[in-house]
Amino acid sequence: MKPRLATVWLGGCSGCHMSFLDLDEHLLTLAEQVDIVFSPLMDVKHYPGGVDICLVEGAACNEDHVRMLHDIRSRTRVLVSFGDCAVTGNVPALRNQLGAANTEAVLQCAYIDHAQDRPTLPHMDGIVPRLLDRVVPVHELVPVEYFLPGCPPPAARIRLMLDHLLGAGPRPSGPDLKFG
Amino acid sequence: MGAKTLMIDGRQISAAEGVSVLAAAGEAGIKIPTLCHLDGVYDPGACRLCLVEIGGFTKLVPACTTHVAEGMEVLTNTGRLRQYRLMILELLFAERNHVCATCVSNGHCELQTLACESGMDHVRYEYRFPHWDIDITHERFGMDHNRCVLCTRCVRVCWHVEGAGTKNVAGRGRHSRIITDLNLPWGESDSCTSCGKCVQACPTGALFEKGATAGEMEHDRARLGFIVNAREKQQWIPPE
Repeated sequence: MKPRLATVWLGGCSGCHMSFLDLDEHLLTLAEQVDIVFSPLMDVKHYPGGVDICLVEGAACNEDHVRMLHDIRSRTRVLVSFGDCAVTGNVPALRNQLGAANTEAVLQCAYIDHAQDRPTLPHMDGIVPRLLDRVVPVHELVPVEYFLPGCPPPAARIRLMLDHLLGAGPRPSGPDLKFG
Repeated sequence: MGAKTLMIDGRQISAAEGVSVLAAAGEAGIKIPTLCHLDGVYDPGACRLCLVEIGGFTKLVPACTTHVAEGMEVLTNTGRLRQYRLMILELLFAERNHVCATCVSNGHCELQTLACESGMDHVRYEYRFPHWDIDITHERFGMDHNRCVLCTRCVRVCWHVEGAGTKNVAGRGRHSRIITDLNLPWGESDSCTSCGKCVQACPTGALFEKGATAGEMEHDRARLGFIVNAREKQQWIPPE
């Protein structure tokens, strides 16, 4: 049976997934090597069980992200922090510098101060997830096997990591660990 | 001055008396990582990245402030040293807000490069996310404390190359920070000559030329060597 690959998009800009798509024709080879079972690029609602490799883009910014990460961890063999937001918190974590009231401050700025029509804070219990008081990298919440830095990681670096995980090639090192 | 013979990483090396282990190793092509050393100014031993093992000593010593001695046996790249260097780098990243993706020095940063070379793929310590201000009151230069590693290169070039004494260190522990004069906004400094040597000396994007955006700030270290050489040897050889 082919290894089961998933990709997940948490608090990030989707740039890491765009970079994943930059694998171009290698995506055809990858499709032969693995079964892609869950991804924002697919129409699948629920994270399945028995996943071998999961690339997690983005930091944990809200309660949904925390819940998803625990589900993902319990159903995945190898977790990869995919890109700077997942590895360090990066841009989403900039709000942490604002201190204790950072969630109120960013919501006020985005939805009230700069709103052109009907300034309202988004709220709907059970639908709109509450922001965490502090944005955290993935490994602060669940154990992570591999880290792939980069904002975004270039396609060649993603391929290097996937090849390594699929048993062909060395683990990324040196310049392939560059943040930013 | 006499020559001293010593062993560095199993290689026999000859170096002039009074030279640092860091300089002797560099001369022999053995690279020891450092963030605070800067050619032309004295070494404070601040960053601890150049720690080495010396035969007969149980303690680790900074290569930059240790002079060569006859028969010295130096190891620069043991597992123990690599482990400590990685830890120091991770603590530097966790201490302030180093967001490479949005930094003016992305791709030209000594801290970033050392992290890659040391195999730092993530930081094991909890990020502190402190709040630091940015001083862009100076007409040409900016200081972003979020990116500062307190190497004090800027302070040393300001005092000992330019002789202006504008840059200083204030506060203790995690409150330590680089200040201008007696904690004035940079733009209001009487003593700053706007020479820009502090900016060129900075290993990260903490000091930058205004107008530079992400990845655009490349520090021109050769300009410092030119000035130091001119002062010491009266040779005005422009950098290549």
